[in-house]
Amino acid sequence: MKICTGPGLIAAALLFAAPAALAQEKLVHSERSQYREVRVYETNGERCMCFTISCRIGRQSCIELANPHRFALNYARMMMGGTLLTGEAPKRILIIGLGGGTIPSALREVLPNAQIDVVEIDPAVTRVARKYFGFQDGPKMKVFEVDGRVYVKRALREGVKYDAILLDAFDHEYIPEHLLTQEFLTEVKSLLTPTGVLVGNTFSSSKLYDHESTTYASVFGKFFNLKAANRVIVARPAGLPSEAQLRTRALEYELALRSFGVNVQDVLPLFSTTPDWDTKARVLTDQYSPANLLNR
Amino acid sequence: MKAPQLLSGRAVALCYLVAFWSGFFVMGVELLGGRLLAPNFGSSIYVWGALITIFMLSLSLGYLAGGRYSQRNPSLAKLGMLLAAAALTTLPVLPLSGSTLEDLAIAIPDPRFGSLAAAALLFFVPTFFAGMVSPYCVRLLVDSEESSGRRAGQLYFVSTFGSAAGTILTSFYLVLWLELNTIILSMIGISSVLAVFTGVMQGKKA
Repeated sequence: MKICTGPGLIAAALLFAAPAALAQEKLVHSERSQYREVRVYETNGERCMCFTISCRIGRQSCIELANPHRFALNYARMMMGGTLLTGEAPKRILIIGLGGGTIPSALREVLPNAQIDVVEIDPAVTRVARKYFGFQDGPKMKVFEVDGRVYVKRALREGVKYDAILLDAFDHEYIPEHLLTQEFLTEVKSLLTPTGVLVGNTFSSSKLYDHESTTYASVFGKFFNLKAANRVIVARPAGLPSEAQLRTRALEYELALRSFGVNVQDVLPLFSTTPDWDTKARVLTDQYSPANLLNR
Repeated sequence: MKAPQLLSGRAVALCYLVAFWSGFFVMGVELLGGRLLAPNFGSSIYVWGALITIFMLSLSLGYLAGGRYSQRNPSLAKLGMLLAAAALTTLPVLPLSGSTLEDLAIAIPDPRFGSLAAAALLFFVPTFFAGMVSPYCVRLLVDSEESSGRRAGQLYFVSTFGSAAGTILTSFYLVLWLELNTIILSMIGISSVLAVFTGVMQGKKA
């Protein structure tokens, strides 16, 4: 009797909070890892990976069940656009943070010959991505089970370079603070080829928005700030392409991207370089990195 | 049985203050230690595990040594020296946390043992000295057999309360306001001032 009280109360509270959302949400799978509880939910024809008790907050990765090919989340569309439209087709790609693996899987299809390295610290996330999200790894899509920063430092020592680096290691609950500092971004920048591009999935609200913006600006100077409900930063040390160049590449990838539910014409207008943040916000460094405290 | 009273009322208060601050210092440094290790080892549970293991281990050995050290001519000045030793041996943490930790991460690729070695290198010595403080304080404070348990209890209270204060202040506020090195240097500064003050008190008594 007593054992049931806690979860019962929580369930009751949630039911009162959002009866509709919960009624439809079906828990398909759940496993506890060293880091978190990885859950797979299905709702409204979508399957999502979530790290929380309900998917209403913090969906990590979603696919449409009827068409698993399509991106269900807007940020994934912006990440794809950021990776493909800014320069030459990348041959070697690093992705930090796997989630359901929808972005690496899509990049695999668009760029069949690219070497894609994925860093995912949590083996449970990789297992769930394989089983429930159709993620397939292999020699050209390697998954490294290690901390993102540790991997970047190791790759730097080994002299590996990437044409594109995608940072997607944050969730809504918790930010690994050592992955959001000036020093880390500088290391990532050194890991890029001269014309390489960095695409970071970041935060669109809270005080952290300002701090994160000045931190990226301190390392990369001007960058594209793609903002919708989410925010994706696209930085290129060799310089940002012109609007005409973006449009040319957009035409090139229009068809390929359409199959993922990405309409390049919707993504193109998002490429903004106008700072809309407090440019005096304190830069985050290894010495000063209270990202989680600022993200409230 | 009455033991010779070593301290005046004011000195007793100072003794408690030192124990409080030592508790504060240890937990402040431990939390910031997590930050210092993160760039090279990550911030996984095993990094925290390595850090906490080293702190617990060196504190435990410090307790033994502190008890032993208190047997010969205990004095307030020597207590101050222990506090100063913990503070000054924390100084090398600042230069060591750069490329030395990177070298260590290369030498020991397993992040569990890498972070264990890093935590030992940075924090074993200062935490050992910090561990000596509490039993040494007990020796100074106990003036009779019947009061010994009460004194020890009060001392545990003060020192663990200090640890709680150091934990919450560092993790909730200090990291939001200051750089890591600034926080560590300030704490070393406070320890040094307190150590000097303890020495001065001893001088007055003599």
